[in-house]
Amino acid sequence: MKPAPFDYHAPTTLAEALALLDEYGFDAKLLAGGQSLVPTMNFRLALPEILIDINHIADLAFVRNEDDGLHIGALTRHAELERSELVAEKAPLLAEAMPNVAHSQIRNRGTIGGSLAHADPAAELPAIMIALEARFRIQSQSDDRWIAASDFFVDLFTTELEAEEILTEIVIPPLPARTGCAFLELARRHGDFALVGAATRVTLDNLGACSEARIVLLSVGNTSVRAVLAEQSLQGKALTGQNIRDAALIASDQDIEPPADMHATEKYRRQLTKVLAERTLTKALERATSAP
Amino acid sequence: MSYTGDAMTRKLVTFKINGSSYETAVREYDVLLDVVRENLNLTGTKRGCDFGTCGCCTVLVDGRARLSCLTLALECVGKEITTIEGLKTDVLHPLQQTFADAGGSQCGFCTQGFIMTAKAFLDEHANPSREEIEEAISGNMCRCTGYIKIVDAIEMAANDKRNGC
Repeated sequence: MKPAPFDYHAPTTLAEALALLDEYGFDAKLLAGGQSLVPTMNFRLALPEILIDINHIADLAFVRNEDDGLHIGALTRHAELERSELVAEKAPLLAEAMPNVAHSQIRNRGTIGGSLAHADPAAELPAIMIALEARFRIQSQSDDRWIAASDFFVDLFTTELEAEEILTEIVIPPLPARTGCAFLELARRHGDFALVGAATRVTLDNLGACSEARIVLLSVGNTSVRAVLAEQSLQGKALTGQNIRDAALIASDQDIEPPADMHATEKYRRQLTKVLAERTLTKALERATSAP
Repeated sequence: MSYTGDAMTRKLVTFKINGSSYETAVREYDVLLDVVRENLNLTGTKRGCDFGTCGCCTVLVDGRARLSCLTLALECVGKEITTIEGLKTDVLHPLQQTFADAGGSQCGFCTQGFIMTAKAFLDEHANPSREEIEEAISGNMCRCTGYIKIVDAIEMAANDKRNGC
């Protein structure tokens, strides 16, 4: 099928794009990589009257390191993040997850900002951003604000973004000392949406006990889900095999209400959650132990 | 650049495809796949799913593999586009030859998508493992399920390239 007709605008500056959004609001859709938007337009599930193509705003694509963390422009393509040495050095969890973000053709076009604003609960990047305590810069013609990743995702395909706002920049703060991260997911075909995935981060105290754990799960709810009870169960404890297995069980039994669909039953998603939580916690611990 | 979405109006734009310039009239909602197949008659590129799942419509845009069904044509003005027709010179491209030699094509519908994806991959990876090849083509589907011979063909092309054949 073909997309329904729309008015097409291709601004070359952020100011122009914000002015267009301010004028058209809900009638407009932003086109970044288009790897989620164009399929829905092809099938006429999305019928925007106005399309604002932001791909010509060169200032929105960058990766640079600053004192407060790694700054990533919202229009940065997945393929650039996947190839970036700076990302591998400063945000190894993001680098580890990138090859799982769709297929090579899609990574060549899809953008980090597009994926985050789309807020698909099966997508990797929202979970990674929550695990890394990233902050997002959101701009409109009248406002310029920052929001924590954990406050950004509201519900299925729903974020805190207002109709006239653009997500422009992501900041990933430096990891604390003695911190390790790990990402794993299971998909039917490499690069497809995960049946379940886990992004985990562990920080150890001076004595080697867990001072903070973050377990963020994807594909088990309407948004990425933090396994809060499992995280709390590890606080202050030595990360023994038994404690990790107990936490994984809490995550799979108590922290989530996974959906059942044609791809996986609820029970299978709980089982996968348990396995992936245990494996990522074990890997994150190993990395935290050898981290500076 | 702004265009109004009157379905009857087309805009005259120039695309750079396979080393040549083509002036053609497009609508703002045409995807690159429409322009390549319908305006320019380059029908080697196939329409599979329209949803970014099958990889049959893969072309190269500035050297990188892209899904032409998910790319608005107007986004590609000024960029270098390569379709399967652009690979052949007076002889077959090495990948076209190894796909034939290895039997990496059955019904043939998906073949050009695999070849374009493999070309972009081999341009960046001189010495890939079978596992890396499998990962690289994960976005392409072969409904005849002839994947082993497809991976064989890409491996043969990589070996030939390394050995200077």
